[in-house]
Amino acid sequence: MTFLIKGETETWEVVIGLEVHAQVTSEAKLFSGAPTYFGADPNSQVSFVDAGMPGMLPVINEICVEQAVRTGLGLKARINNRSVFSRKNYFYADLPQGYQISQFDLPIVGKGTIVLDMPDGVSREIGIERLHLEQDAGKSIHDLHPSKTFIDLNRSGVALMEIVSDPDMRSPEEAGAYLRKLRSILRYLGTCNGNMDEGSMRCDANVSVRPQGEEGLRTRCEIKNVNSIRFVMQAIEYEARRHVDVYESGGEISQETRQYDSNNGETRSMRSKEMAHDYRYFPDPDLLPLVFDDDYVARIKATLPELPDEKRERFISEYGLTAYDAGVLVVERETSVYFEDVAKDRDPKAAANWVISNLFGALNKMGISITDSPITADNLGKLIDLITDNTISGRIAKDVFEIMLEEGKGPDAIVEEKGLKQITDTGPIEDAIGQVMADNPGKVEEYRGGKDKLIGWFVGQVMKQTGGKANPGKLNELLQKKLAP
Amino acid sequence: MTELTQLTLSEARDGLRKGDFSAVELTQAHIKSMETNRDLNVFITEVPGLAIERAKEADHNRSHGKAGALEGLPLGIKDLFCTEGILTTAASHILDGFTPPYESTVTANLKAAGAITLGKTNLDEFAMGSSNESSYYGAAHNPWKRKGDPRYLVPGGSSGGSAAAVAAHTCLGAIGTDTGGSIRQPASFCGVVGMKPTYGRCSRWGVVAFSSSLDQAGPMTRTVRDSAILLAVMAGHDAKDSTSADMPVPDFEAALSGDIKGLRIGLPCEYRPDGLNSDIAALWDKGVGWLKDAGAEVVDISLPHTKYALPTYYIVAPAEASANLARYDGVRFGLRIEGESLDDMYAKTRAAGFGAEVKRRILIGTYALSAGYYDAYYLKAQKVRQLIHQDFVSAFENVDAILTPTTPSSAFPIGENSDDPVSMYLNDVFTVPASLAGIPGISIPAGLSSDGLPLGLQLLSKRWDEETLFRVAGVLEEAAGFSGLSIGGEG
Amino acid sequence: MSLDDATVRKIAHLARISVAEKDIAPLAKELSGIMDWIEQLQEVDTSAVEPMTGGADMMLNWRKDAVTDGGHTDKVLANAPESHEGFFGVPKVIE
Ligand SMILES: [Mg+2]
Ligand SMILES: [Zn+2]
Repeated sequence: MTFLIKGETETWEVVIGLEVHAQVTSEAKLFSGAPTYFGADPNSQVSFVDAGMPGMLPVINEICVEQAVRTGLGLKARINNRSVFSRKNYFYADLPQGYQISQFDLPIVGKGTIVLDMPDGVSREIGIERLHLEQDAGKSIHDLHPSKTFIDLNRSGVALMEIVSDPDMRSPEEAGAYLRKLRSILRYLGTCNGNMDEGSMRCDANVSVRPQGEEGLRTRCEIKNVNSIRFVMQAIEYEARRHVDVYESGGEISQETRQYDSNNGETRSMRSKEMAHDYRYFPDPDLLPLVFDDDYVARIKATLPELPDEKRERFISEYGLTAYDAGVLVVERETSVYFEDVAKDRDPKAAANWVISNLFGALNKMGISITDSPITADNLGKLIDLITDNTISGRIAKDVFEIMLEEGKGPDAIVEEKGLKQITDTGPIEDAIGQVMADNPGKVEEYRGGKDKLIGWFVGQVMKQTGGKANPGKLNELLQKKLAP
Repeated sequence: MTELTQLTLSEARDGLRKGDFSAVELTQAHIKSMETNRDLNVFITEVPGLAIERAKEADHNRSHGKAGALEGLPLGIKDLFCTEGILTTAASHILDGFTPPYESTVTANLKAAGAITLGKTNLDEFAMGSSNESSYYGAAHNPWKRKGDPRYLVPGGSSGGSAAAVAAHTCLGAIGTDTGGSIRQPASFCGVVGMKPTYGRCSRWGVVAFSSSLDQAGPMTRTVRDSAILLAVMAGHDAKDSTSADMPVPDFEAALSGDIKGLRIGLPCEYRPDGLNSDIAALWDKGVGWLKDAGAEVVDISLPHTKYALPTYYIVAPAEASANLARYDGVRFGLRIEGESLDDMYAKTRAAGFGAEVKRRILIGTYALSAGYYDAYYLKAQKVRQLIHQDFVSAFENVDAILTPTTPSSAFPIGENSDDPVSMYLNDVFTVPASLAGIPGISIPAGLSSDGLPLGLQLLSKRWDEETLFRVAGVLEEAAGFSGLSIGGEG
Repeated sequence: MSLDDATVRKIAHLARISVAEKDIAPLAKELSGIMDWIEQLQEVDTSAVEPMTGGADMMLNWRKDAVTDGGHTDKVLANAPESHEGFFGVPKVIE
């Protein structure tokens, strides 16, 4: 899946690296005991530490350390048994201490990888440069007052994992796939809920372009805090085309921070951040180095769940699914669990088919997630059983499925209630065939005269006559016999 | 009743226990002394009303057999400790009107033990200084004067208000903080005992931060025993401070056995530079004699990196301070000068709110951390700091304590040293090395200069060995027989 | 002089301390005096020395993940020079 931009003079390749800020799932903040849940009243989840009051000191939350290590293990990354918290110094209204406690030259997690499974069946390995722990800042609200900016420190001090990729992506699609895969891994691990709309996962995209075949990287621009995967992809595409336009018209790209405006689909320079930064990182003297032993890491490793990549492999080998189907089923852990419940003691391919083709489509249309599905895994399994044991036909099953979606009832009850049981007895089918033939002597003549194709028409008519319940095999067999000259 | 201000803290404690007087009487006597000594400008905020209220409570507690270790004893609190409901200024304009909704761990410990707060004592702005002249609330004055010279002298700094308050008998004891000598140097200038414990012994939670890797709270009193009593209450593990040590607090008072036979005392040659003040050199020699007489063995040692301690300190402390003081931005507390933009408001607020020395240090620290200079200054200083630390570690393989002068001079007149920052910094030449190494140190008033001013001797020990420090200090104090001022009372 | 006027302007901006133009040169001289004195550190051979990053020689204490704080907006805002409806207020920031 190549993404190339054809310019006037050159064909250009885009180079993308992503920095994701993932909010650590924890009750309390990284360095204070204030709560982290979303949507509270302004400044109600703020300790004096989070407000940068004089004399306040940070104390690390052990769960945040554990979550970072867990995530590092999930990214097959190097875990650093000794890491250091540093102060990143800059002034901003929602940064109460005047510095952010972050990690600089010694992060808790080093190099790792994420494997992307692209729709064309190709796998792409994207390098993870590092993962470090840091505090979130507060929130500036610019639109509540004509001449004031309002500051809410509820987010101040919330634990974030900053996950930095290598500049390994070459298309907006790959960037999207990376974010979906990363989110999937984080959710499997339970280390971040991945909700981009609540700001629990935010993405900065570093974008540059270069003529196809050119070595080395050109100047990049950083697009800050994009809040949906779709917007990240759009912003990258826009930014890449902007770079190409600038280069092709003889200009130069200057390194800067940009903002994506989803209303007009454009990126624009953030003038307020233009001033050259000098963050003056230095080890935070309020905190000692973060040190743990191999046993600590091993204990966390022992609790890791099966992750999407391994699960996908297992679905392929254990259930004989296609790589594509397996990939789709493992994106969300809940979906994979649902699928495995449906597939238990049944034909896994049929189960995959029902989940992917029917259930996903329906849930998508309804805009709900699998955990809210009106059809339980148990009931979907029973529906498949009804087809397998010939109680209903595949066609009727689709109708039953629709009713299950609407009414949430089990398939047995619906089949019973609506009298949808398949007719396999010869008598009623023969009666129906007789009726159709009697009503359409002309068609019978034509068929017998060699117009074989009319068989389909007869099947349809008989089905109609039986309300669709005739067993299709039986019907075919009897119809051939009756129509025979 | 004013003679109650002549008591030491331990005498007052014992008198209260015996019922010789009440906490209210004791407190009233000190409030009176605080009033008569207002010319010294040692308190930024006095809280006599609260003090009397607390004293009544203390008497009540005692009558119900519920007296804490410091029940009813009135103290001065350096105005760097956040005190719930009481204005806390750090002697800076930028903290205008700041009333903390919380209490520092150290002062909470004192409160819980029954101590009474008389007020918040003066200091150099943000504890940056060695003379108490950088206070936004005006210089504090040393109660001592040179023979035949009416000029006011500095009390030293930064805990100058605490030292002067104790020397002038306005309180039984006070607490200070020491970053590079800010307890020991003013103690020496004012003729009182000043003790800086091991880094990590007292919680820093709720203490306005200057330099986080150096700041340490400690007691300032008129006797070694009083310091031991106060420190035992101030110290202890605090889960709210990641650099607070999870170690038991020894019974420091019990360490005052008076027996130092066989202890090895080191004398570092680097503390006797050419041109060392002759009064001070002579006093140091006397101190050596007293310790020898008490049965200690004296050995010459070397702390080779001593001369680099001050320049190291003047990178490390300003660098940390430049970040620690970034929170004073006019948004959440303290002074705000309105501006046209957020940055304009910051720059105006901080220009108006900080004094010259604080600004100097913020700028030096910002420079030392900035791109291109970090390795040459900050990293270099951290490495030299390691060497200074190692000097002490090696020395303490051979000796139990180290004896040095506390300061290179006695107290000087207000205004005398204020035009050249570096010459002011030299006041801490003997105290800064121990701060960098994180080891405990104590200054004991040991004699007078030829012009009649107090001079201190400093004892240092290895980390967590405050007991040895107190033990040797007690012997030195006894031998020196220093008698402090008796102002503030009739005696 | 180790610090020129431009450097002083830059660090004063980084530190958000406004310095009047007439004060820049004297300040540069004063700070240079201090830095020149500090320069003696370069004499020390530190090639084989690990930096000492803090004052403490202990292990970092870890806190349990429990909500023990928050819920006191009034105290958080009590000392604020400006607040509106539970928020701190600052001059409007244009991004
Ligand atoms: Mg970043
Ligand atoms: Zn970040």
